[in-house]
Amino acid sequence: MNTPTIAFKLNGQALSVTVSPDTPLLWVIRDMAKLTGTKFGCGIGLCGACTVHMGRRAVRSCITPISDVAGAQITTIEGLSADGQHPLQKAWVQTQAPQCGYCQSGQIMQAAALIRRFPDPSDADIDSVMNGNLCRCMAYVRIRQAIKIAAAEVQGGAPNA
Amino acid sequence: MHEAQTASAPAPATSSTRRGFLISTTSAGFAMAFTLVEPSLAADPADAKSAAAGFEPTIWYDIDRDGIVTVNIIRAEMGQHVGTALARIVAEELELDWTSVRLRYVDTDPKWGTMVTGGSWSVWQSFPYLSQAGAAGRMALLDEGAKLLRVGRSACTARLGVVSGDGRTISYAEIVRRGQLARSYSADELKAMPIKAAAERRLISQPTSAIDIPAKTTGAARYGLDAEVPGMVYARPKLPPTRNGCRVSAIDDSAARAIPGYLKSLVLNDPSGTVPGWVVVCAESFVAASRAADLVKVTWTNSAAASVSEADIQSHGRKLINDASGGALVVEDAGVDAAFTAAKFILEREYTTATVLHFQLEPLNALALQKDGRWEIHTGNQWQSLILPTLAKALGVEEKQVLMRTYLLGGGFGRRLNGDYAVPAALAAKALGRPVKLVWTRADDVHFDSPRSPSVQRLRMAFGPANQVTGMQHHACAGWPTQVMIPAFMPKGKNGAPYDPFAISGADHWYTVGAQRVRALSNDLANSTFRPGWLRSVGPGWTNWALESFMDEAARAAGMDTLAFRLDLLAGKTQGVGKNGADLNVAGALRQAKVLQRAAAKAGWGSKMPADTGVGLATSFGQERDMPTWCACVARVHVDRRSGVVKVEQLTVVVDAGTIVHPDGALAQVEGASLWGLSMALHEGTEFVNGQVRDSNLNTYTPLRMRDVPPLDIEFIASAEPPTGLGEPATTVIAPAIANAIFAAVGARLRHLPMRPADLLAALKTS
Repeated sequence: MNTPTIAFKLNGQALSVTVSPDTPLLWVIRDMAKLTGTKFGCGIGLCGACTVHMGRRAVRSCITPISDVAGAQITTIEGLSADGQHPLQKAWVQTQAPQCGYCQSGQIMQAAALIRRFPDPSDADIDSVMNGNLCRCMAYVRIRQAIKIAAAEVQGGAPNA
Repeated sequence: MHEAQTASAPAPATSSTRRGFLISTTSAGFAMAFTLVEPSLAADPADAKSAAAGFEPTIWYDIDRDGIVTVNIIRAEMGQHVGTALARIVAEELELDWTSVRLRYVDTDPKWGTMVTGGSWSVWQSFPYLSQAGAAGRMALLDEGAKLLRVGRSACTARLGVVSGDGRTISYAEIVRRGQLARSYSADELKAMPIKAAAERRLISQPTSAIDIPAKTTGAARYGLDAEVPGMVYARPKLPPTRNGCRVSAIDDSAARAIPGYLKSLVLNDPSGTVPGWVVVCAESFVAASRAADLVKVTWTNSAAASVSEADIQSHGRKLINDASGGALVVEDAGVDAAFTAAKFILEREYTTATVLHFQLEPLNALALQKDGRWEIHTGNQWQSLILPTLAKALGVEEKQVLMRTYLLGGGFGRRLNGDYAVPAALAAKALGRPVKLVWTRADDVHFDSPRSPSVQRLRMAFGPANQVTGMQHHACAGWPTQVMIPAFMPKGKNGAPYDPFAISGADHWYTVGAQRVRALSNDLANSTFRPGWLRSVGPGWTNWALESFMDEAARAAGMDTLAFRLDLLAGKTQGVGKNGADLNVAGALRQAKVLQRAAAKAGWGSKMPADTGVGLATSFGQERDMPTWCACVARVHVDRRSGVVKVEQLTVVVDAGTIVHPDGALAQVEGASLWGLSMALHEGTEFVNGQVRDSNLNTYTPLRMRDVPPLDIEFIASAEPPTGLGEPATTVIAPAIANAIFAAVGARLRHLPMRPADLLAALKTS
């Protein structure tokens, strides 16, 4: 079996792994790099709990083969900010958004990509980008509110009502 | 996480034989505990088999020499921020500075008594004991503080972790460091311990932040899936076609051997009978285990369940209901049959609900290992006391040789009340002689969920000459989780037949309806086909759907406004027989009427609606008559007659749960519970096809998403009554309110959950 070594950056640090090229990025992050903030939910890219950034894009790490990651910059929830004080993380605490919390790493990473693309997101923007992230506790009201607060902080203005 | 949790374990109890409350200074500081025998969770304590099931939880906290107070949380943290609410109760009576409070989610130990997190019980059950424990600590600190200050005891007060008297102060930390805190209280003294009046509360009902939240925004929070020990093997279950009666007849892993890292496939030998026919596929990584499991070929002997589908279960339920002699009579007033014989007219309706999945986002998992002569199970679980004896039996050891380490739960919703998933991990670790971390894929998790059983309910109402209600019957048939998993918890009905209280509660409502009969029936075909489970809002999640849909139909049959009809039956007229007592009936009915009136007023009940738009209401007492949480919902919907799609435009929910300990946490629970109700009403539901649930993942199972969340208007009734449960009750009012709103909008009555566009289109044709 051909098991090439794949090199990429994880939260800014160079990493090389020797695994089957179709190994999902999720399990490399969790079981090899030991960063467990990224979660396993559905395994088919439909719950969003495994969301990480590849470059500036939010991707579902459970269906991203490691071979696609060669040379890429991967950012997980642990790498979103140095101190857990990203505007989204602060807004998540301010609104007390998490319940069980299991989906929230993915929600926050998806939201980070959202506000990068839509600095002042409308409800429709939030609906269309966040609809792929399931919150089984159904903390949706607060997630929406937190995104608006964080976007406003980044913009230095008031949230879009 | 458990390392940190146990790093500052409390000093052991100084007495385990005496019922009482002990406070003593230890090297670590000041530790307290009390052991108070309370009525068991079992309806008939004599039936409770295990010692653990007969005890109320034992609650601990300790104050260290720096004044840090660590509250031991024996409840599972699964999104309800239960640790924060419970610690607030202690801190209130102990008069603490909230910043000095820490939480310790404890591992299993017999000293904690029954460990279960469900039923929306945690705050309700714990409030009296935690209050008394906190008050006892305050008294001891005041006594000792007064001595150290050389001030009269009556001149001293405690506030924010400091005792003050005659202008002098001493901190709790200093009292712990310098004082002689050996002090004990008898059970009677504890019971008489003065609890603060509601007006003097400084923490309870005040805003605060949940202690568990920050770690859930950084990836630092540790769930069962994150458990790891050196040298562990990864594994995935290879599940038989059905829950019961399958045996492995042949296994061929030749294809799996091509997977690098594949170790072996274990056919489990399970003395506990929990996992018949299960195979565990082991490898050096989860990816390898998962891929190997796909390639392992297992042949099972078939079970009869493999030919059972949802329609078979439901028609069996109807057949059981048709036999008037079956089931348990949960309410049986005198004169029911006479009322129906004499009725001017009778309304009879049938309501059904489909199978519902828990779909907690963290798939089931457990890490099992042997260490220091005992077994450790690392996992998130809601009912450790239920699965520990099973684990001991499976492993062939004594219960005290099995320890469950506590982790956060990536959702519980009742799935993790059934701890079956720990058993195969333990058996595999035993067989392999290495730590085994067993992880379900999502499809595995769904395949052997303990789903909410499908149900059939028949409701009948007798009306007298003036269209007044003179009698009511409610017959409900479903799979019974309690019968399957812990039959000792089943009380007996009026006819002596045992029943699952979690599969009928809700039908024993507070309405005054004349002579009443409530009959619960176990669907044995459901019980043998799958393992029924408790799912968020349990029985009332479907009994109240039928009840409140029926109340709407009954109001219309009587020619009354649906709000006025309900209020008339909730006027506090005593019923006389068959319930918990006249006083409770009156007060309860009036509190229920109040939430109903408030929700109706907030939602503008009676105002004119645009075309194909309607409002509907529903009400509930929550989970159990002994713990009533009064809820009402007004749903406003718009129906698209061409597609059958229902758009929920607004949910107005009013809740009276007595004292609200942690207001924002309570609000979050009602938000989540309401949206669960909406999700189960319109978006979820599956069905059994040949012994298996049809849906296995999110490609076809479609819980509510961001886009479909309506505006929520939630209000709590201000109250100083004792706190009741909040995690589930709001779930129970949403589906019937929506069904009633659909009827108000377009005149189509839907009597099956979930309500699909196709059902609505069909109903529109006949309406």
